Amino acid sequence: MILAYSSVVRAAPNVLGNPNRCATFLSHPDRIDRIYALRPPLPAVTIALLAMALPLLSACGSAGGRAITLYSGQHEQTTALLVAAFERQTGIKVEVRSGDEASLGDQILQEGANSPADAFYSENTPVLESLREHGALARVAPSTLSAVPARYSSASGEWVGVSARVSALVYNTSELRAASLPGSILELAQPRWKGKVGFAPSETDFQPLVTAVVRIDGQPAAERWLKGLASNATIYPDNETAVTQVNNGESELAPINHYYWYRLRSELGASATHSALHYFNPGDVGEVLDVSGAAVLASSSHKTLAQRFLAFLVSRAGQEVIAHSHSYEYPLRPGVAASAALPALSSFHPAPLTPAELGDGSAALSLEQKLGLL
Amino acid sequence: MSTLTPSQPLSRRFARTRSGWRRWPLASAAGAALAVALVLLPLVFVIVQAQQSGWGEVRRLLFRHEVAVLLWNTVRLGLACTVACAVLGVGAAWCVERTAIPMRRLWAVLLVLPLGIPDFVVGFGWVSIDHSLHGYWAAVLVMTLSLYPLVYLPAATALANVDAGLEEAARSLGLGRWRTFWRVTMRQIRLAVLGGCLLVTLALLAEYGAFEITQYRTFTVEIFTEFQLGFDAVAACVLSLVLVALCVAALLGELLLGGAPRGWRSGTGVARPVSRVPLGRLTVPVLAALTALCAAALGVPLYALVYWMARGSSTTLPSASILGALAHTAEFSAAAAVLATALAIPLTTLSIRHRNRLTLLIERVAYLPMALPGLVVALGLVSFSVRYALSLYQSALELIVAYAILFLPLAVVAVRAAMVQAPARLEEVGRSLGRGPLSAWMRITLPLIAPGLRAAFALVFISSATELTATLLLHPTGVNTLATQFWAYTSDFSYGAAAPYAAVMVAISAVPVYLLSRRMTPRAGARRA
Repeated sequence: MILAYSSVVRAAPNVLGNPNRCATFLSHPDRIDRIYALRPPLPAVTIALLAMALPLLSACGSAGGRAITLYSGQHEQTTALLVAAFERQTGIKVEVRSGDEASLGDQILQEGANSPADAFYSENTPVLESLREHGALARVAPSTLSAVPARYSSASGEWVGVSARVSALVYNTSELRAASLPGSILELAQPRWKGKVGFAPSETDFQPLVTAVVRIDGQPAAERWLKGLASNATIYPDNETAVTQVNNGESELAPINHYYWYRLRSELGASATHSALHYFNPGDVGEVLDVSGAAVLASSSHKTLAQRFLAFLVSRAGQEVIAHSHSYEYPLRPGVAASAALPALSSFHPAPLTPAELGDGSAALSLEQKLGLL
Repeated sequence: MSTLTPSQPLSRRFARTRSGWRRWPLASAAGAALAVALVLLPLVFVIVQAQQSGWGEVRRLLFRHEVAVLLWNTVRLGLACTVACAVLGVGAAWCVERTAIPMRRLWAVLLVLPLGIPDFVVGFGWVSIDHSLHGYWAAVLVMTLSLYPLVYLPAATALANVDAGLEEAARSLGLGRWRTFWRVTMRQIRLAVLGGCLLVTLALLAEYGAFEITQYRTFTVEIFTEFQLGFDAVAACVLSLVLVALCVAALLGELLLGGAPRGWRSGTGVARPVSRVPLGRLTVPVLAALTALCAAALGVPLYALVYWMARGSSTTLPSASILGALAHTAEFSAAAAVLATALAIPLTTLSIRHRNRLTLLIERVAYLPMALPGLVVALGLVSFSVRYALSLYQSALELIVAYAILFLPLAVVAVRAAMVQAPARLEEVGRSLGRGPLSAWMRITLPLIAPGLRAAFALVFISSATELTATLLLHPTGVNTLATQFWAYTSDFSYGAAAPYAAVMVAISAVPVYLLSRRMTPRAGARRA
């Protein structure tokens, strides 16, 4: 070892200084290649430091004046259309942060009083109800609430319903005929659908169905039904996958919200669509109205501007943007018609539950956890 | 035997003669302190949240049959994937670095690229090819194919750096090629391979997207459920504690298997490059195997993207917004890669050159955030910055720091493998000959660990470019990245519009990998092959 060390000491001046002398000493030219091929990468370090500095500079400017920040869990394209129309009409700038609605809800709770968000627009109501329970929402202006039927909004007036979807069945048209389809979602637990049905238990759209069954038929019946459904079904991560796989024929039918099928059809075109929608019997517990809603945050420092945004969402102009967008949702303001492709909202007789009664979905969550579906 | 010198004990003995602060160089200590402070942020968040829940709640969440199932799912997936990634990664690295394989540079790029494909694209690609691909084996397949580069890259870097002298000595003493590989080569690259395996295990613990698609349920899937359906950060953090425990177990396991890091060296000076084995009749089978691996890991997801672009009616040609998203992604990822690599240097310097229980603990702590779901780390940063650094909240800097925290272990593993092969005594010699500490480090250690730094940069860059969860929470408002745009379109069924974003993500991941492959011993041994 001492020998080894002393030879390094003797080699070192050559390595650090004169490559020619080094070569004669080290006897193998590859060693010098190695040392000198690897110069300190100074240009790389400079570029790297610049890369660090750039985003800091670009982070500087900020929008002053009349602007609000909107956290949106709604589909980004629909939100963008609404925001553009609002900005044109009012001159108020809206900074949109799109994200998964549940993550945004968790984020708002973590942010607390310092939240940069002024308003929150979500695809489903459980997240709004959860924020309301935590005291994170301010009251919505009465004139905004009165623009849509009261049954679509928070009972205590802390969020307003903006648009709605109807739960339905999507089925594969080459495997099944409309006449053989179940009239009630409860039938999906029967043995005849074993291996044929698919569903997405972790979807925020599925919770309201479970909640509805619990509310109307009671906990034990709901548990039996969910168990039967789970033993029949292929489980999908989300409704997008469920509807795609029914269309592919991997599953024959699946409970989803109506608009997933319309969106799939508009993406694939009619020729590649091998599926159709089937609505449950009027008044069936499986016919649930899922409402998308909006709220002003209690922590907002621009509450007046945020209230104007909510008012716009339920105004005739805002509701028409929703009716004509690619999202296939039902506008909730009386007198604004939905897309002509959809059956009229008034033709449905959804289960007698208001979105607020559907709650924050925690009953459905514990039941699904108990059955190992989540 | 006197010329076969383990570098580590010698340098330790050398260090013992120095005064205290030299054993803990100031710069390294400060850098390591910063790194530890950053990685502790999300851990503190998890602990603070979890302790808010009562004992009853902890019992409800942890002591149920479902948790045992999740634990078993997580552990058996971790074991199978880690072994599979080790075999694929080391095998591929050996073929590329140590054999005279045709088109080496192309393979060196292609084999790393699967890392640049977002996990949900990989999962979707497989599921769209075979609709019935669900469950355990589907998860093993998808995760192995997307994670093996985490072993391949450190292993390839280490293989390119090993000292030929020892292998030649072993061969000349009559050891066969295979046994030389096991007893000599593997020992030299062991730390790199084990580090890669550790990364695979940790990445699996935190994985969500691919399991959602393959319908395989692990702890992280459960944690996401608590967040998404229960809006319950407390419950999610209680469950995250289990992940922290699993991570500690993995870290201990790696430590037990790895032992003390030693870069064995023969003779003096720097290592001499190795020769490349001619493949001969094996050329065709080896090429076929690598082609199959690339086709599965890269071809299937790319096929899914092309399919989307061709079939979807919402296909939009790359527009101005894709360029903007590309610029932001490149900028944030490059900055995060530089930061993580820079933080990895002091951590590994301490843990290798000043190894003791404390420095080892410090290095190990840096791995913990990687086992946590991105959402937990991001919420931890949200919670910290709204309280103590509001002006930084949702700034570019915060997003960069978040990436650096999430992917610091990738940098540590890559730099550590190089640091082991860069003997401290060379730098000490430079010092003894009159160079200042900075100059000696820049002229001697930096060039020697440069391959590891490049690998670290590439790994962190690619991982940051495809990160989604933390990006959605922390990106500056109004700034879109490739991942956020891809997400926005896929969550709206516009697969045709989303596909170009994923394709660009893969393309920019290729840039650092290509630069890396160009630098990896370009001239070594080719003349002898």
